[in-house]
Amino acid sequence: MVQVREIVVNMGPQHPSTHGVFRIKLWLDGEVVVKSEPIIGYLHRGVEKLAEHRTYAQFTPITDRLDYLAAISNELGWVEAVEKLMGIEVPQRAEYIRVILTELTRIASHLVWLGTHALDIGVMTLVLYCFREREHILDIFEMVTGGRLTCHAFRIGGLPQDVPEGFVDKVKEFVEVFPKYLSDYHKLLTNNRIWLKRTKNVGIITAKDAIDLGLSGPSIRGSGVKWDVRKSNPYSVYSKFDFIVPTGEVGDVYDRYMVRMEEMRQSCRIIEQAIKSLPSGEICAKVPKVIKPPAGEVYHSIEAPKGELGYYIVSDGSTIPYRVRIRPPSFVNLQGISKMIEGQLVADVVAVIGSLDIVLGEIDR
Amino acid sequence: MMEGEITLPDFFQNILNKVKENFSQSIVETKYAFGELTIKIKHEFLIPLMQFLKEELEFDYLTDITAVDYPEREKRFEMVYHLFSLKNHYRIRVKTEIKEGEKVSSMTKVWGSANWLEREVYDMFGIEFEGHPDLRRILLSDEWEGHPLRKDYPLIGDGKQPY
Repeated sequence: MVQVREIVVNMGPQHPSTHGVFRIKLWLDGEVVVKSEPIIGYLHRGVEKLAEHRTYAQFTPITDRLDYLAAISNELGWVEAVEKLMGIEVPQRAEYIRVILTELTRIASHLVWLGTHALDIGVMTLVLYCFREREHILDIFEMVTGGRLTCHAFRIGGLPQDVPEGFVDKVKEFVEVFPKYLSDYHKLLTNNRIWLKRTKNVGIITAKDAIDLGLSGPSIRGSGVKWDVRKSNPYSVYSKFDFIVPTGEVGDVYDRYMVRMEEMRQSCRIIEQAIKSLPSGEICAKVPKVIKPPAGEVYHSIEAPKGELGYYIVSDGSTIPYRVRIRPPSFVNLQGISKMIEGQLVADVVAVIGSLDIVLGEIDR
Repeated sequence: MMEGEITLPDFFQNILNKVKENFSQSIVETKYAFGELTIKIKHEFLIPLMQFLKEELEFDYLTDITAVDYPEREKRFEMVYHLFSLKNHYRIRVKTEIKEGEKVSSMTKVWGSANWLEREVYDMFGIEFEGHPDLRRILLSDEWEGHPLRKDYPLIGDGKQPY
């Protein structure tokens, strides 16, 4: 008789591959994961409670701190939710600039994902390339907002000021060179035999399970569910742009990788179209000095780089929201991890965490 | 009862008619505002309604579960569920009211994603879910006292410097 003995291994919260302070308890039988228990909350700052003690405008920069790799996406969700509640119509120029900045954020966020994901699996080179390209984007953000990571780029009603001179050229320059860089990444990874071994048929989740567990964004699209909030419930001016929603077939790490890679190209296309048709005119709607939405409740969601980011606001008619609920994509996506890693090797856990693209700032809030 | 009944789009009207046909006794209130349909139901009928919405009306995706605290009301907590239809791309909001200490049926049997979302509600509001497989705190540590998102929980703890 062979005696089977389970070992419990604590991965995190200070493990480099957990991308922050995420801890996962693994029950191992040899090298195979039998059971797992994700433990979160190390970065909890009580953002939803804070929201109940800040005015609507004051809460905008706090949303930057949720998913800190895609600060501008978080802001877009928040300001649009408040605008929906107040019935504010944002000028076209502001909408176009918002789309350009949000899509640049998506590329920046995916670049960090790609670099660190590859680094986790063992490709050292790529992270340096990714951060070089991300630097371009951060320079653009600095030019427009003065901030690089937590930008505070949007205001309720539009933008705080128009974009500076040279912005359009700089974005054009980036959009022109980026597809070339992207094909370089493909050359390094997509057909690389080691990469394929580490990602193909690893961490599979079927479309049915993905829907049941509430996955969203690239994580559900990797399983073949063609759903993107930008297409299904278009917000801002996304309905004016031509782009495709890439999907995978099997739902493994490789499919999620391919979906995100293609998304970067599509974001590039959106930016290209937006720059070409950038209208002139006002950049902020007429918004009262004191923002006081009517009593009521709204739910507004956007397609953040990680998935569906939703804001549910309950207003009692005062200047301070009665309740703000943030539906973070990473929090719900992370639930899928147990299903993906059980029965897999312990080394694959790292690949699966990377393929989910989690940011603890928004999971723990 | 209905706010803006005239402007209700056809698909929401269809959904509402079907829900009313099957759950006429248990609906408390329906509301249409900001382009969003809300159905408020007695909490005993939550699971049958959700199953009906999922299976008959194709709301196959549970977006979010949360709660709102109204300490001055007799039924203090309002549970809020956001559903989405991946096929038709509609959203719907289901609400139910409960008293303090009352239990709500867990949605984990209908959607797997309800697991963590309900744990968070339990953590933040202290609402217990009947039939939940693993009801523990999720964001705060196990020794934490109180439930921070209740309105009577202070923003800053006693004896600490405000900032």
